[in-house]
Amino acid sequence: MVIEADPELCVGSGMCALTVPDLFDQSQDDGTVVVLRPVPADPELDDVRDAVRRCPSGALKLTD
Amino acid sequence: MNDMVCPITNGLPKVRERPLDPPAIFGQLRDDRPIAPMTFPDGARGWVVTSFAHARTILTDSRFSSQGSLKHLAFASELATELDIEKDLPPGQFEHMDPPEHTRFRKLLTGEFTLRRMKAMVPQIERIAAGRVAAMRAKGQSADLVRDFSVPMSAQVICELLGVPEDARGRFEELSFRALSLDVKAEESKAVLDAIVNLLIEVAMGKVAEPGDDLLTGLVTGGQLEPAELIGVTLLLLVAGHETSANMLSLGTYALLREPEQLAKLRADESLIDNAVEELLRYLTIVHIGVQRTPTEDVELAGVTLRAGETALIHLPSVNRDPERFPDPDRLDITRGAIGHLTFSHGIHQCLGQQLARQELKVGFTTLLREFPDLRLAVDPDEIPMRENMTIYGVHELPVAW
Repeated sequence: MVIEADPELCVGSGMCALTVPDLFDQSQDDGTVVVLRPVPADPELDDVRDAVRRCPSGALKLTD
Repeated sequence: MNDMVCPITNGLPKVRERPLDPPAIFGQLRDDRPIAPMTFPDGARGWVVTSFAHARTILTDSRFSSQGSLKHLAFASELATELDIEKDLPPGQFEHMDPPEHTRFRKLLTGEFTLRRMKAMVPQIERIAAGRVAAMRAKGQSADLVRDFSVPMSAQVICELLGVPEDARGRFEELSFRALSLDVKAEESKAVLDAIVNLLIEVAMGKVAEPGDDLLTGLVTGGQLEPAELIGVTLLLLVAGHETSANMLSLGTYALLREPEQLAKLRADESLIDNAVEELLRYLTIVHIGVQRTPTEDVELAGVTLRAGETALIHLPSVNRDPERFPDPDRLDITRGAIGHLTFSHGIHQCLGQQLARQELKVGFTTLLREFPDLRLAVDPDEIPMRENMTIYGVHELPVAW
């Protein structure tokens, strides 16, 4: 599973960084999503799904 | 639609059966018709949304507009609780805009409100909270938490973020206190607003002469906003950031003092604070007028047709009490994982300052509980005056003793 993030859609709410700080951060310049590690470990997948669901602008996807 | 009775007429009902629960009618509506017809006080026909799932759907659907000119007053009132967005406020109120206009403003600011930056502000926020505790102690054994803690703390945090210089903070705090206690006629409301705008202009001019390392300097020197827009954006940050945090601090404390079991749990284990903050945000949902979205074309949803122009009011307090999403929703339970609530809304307009709010509430509640081990209400809980008439729900005053 791979995390895909679209900075164009991102509105910088910080929900992903709050939910899984090991995998997500925000750009210092415009606050948009920065994926620290695109391939999460299996035990992290549930948290990543939470982050995807909480993203207010639909900027995150978890794909096969 | 003619066969449907319209249960909410002349705007939202204000009377609550219990001060911390939304009016019971919204729960009944959710069971029967989660998207129900309503009429606004100006006579316009629209919809009230009470289910969590439909709220999320509408808030992320780009066929729904946030344009201020399409919104309506939510409460019938002679009071100046809601200002006319287009007539009374300077330009730059981007919560009432759609893309691409909204995007231009939001992208200018998102870098200033990242989780990382807000966490870096915690030492400053702690210093501010400690200052308020000292001021409360100086008064003796009792104080009004609203006037002596929440309002000045929240004002000082936003001053720190914006970069309002020390010599202007006293005036700023006084004006913000007046703005927050307004249940007066439109003229006084307008006068306070004008005074705040003038103070912001003065502070912004000061940043041209003497730039600092703060948000306002960034906006002034960035050159991306017209001067009037710059003042408008600053005003939006101020109003959105100050009135909300101040009321959450007071109302959250009130809720905890009313629920001794929950309070004891939090006192026994400070690590519950993150959960407690999310749960208080959900349970109290102080944006009790909800948020509005207007379909720009006919939209079919949940068996109804929302016609173009018929505004949907997402009733956030009852959306956050949807049992489908939060089991036993009317119970305050600081151990539940309430994150994912819609208190900060959802979609592209979700609260820009939410990570600041989280840090501020966390520091505020932790400081109060740590510094005042015997904090209690100084009057009967049912005597506390609630802000039923105000845009943001909360308490007008909160006499506490320790």
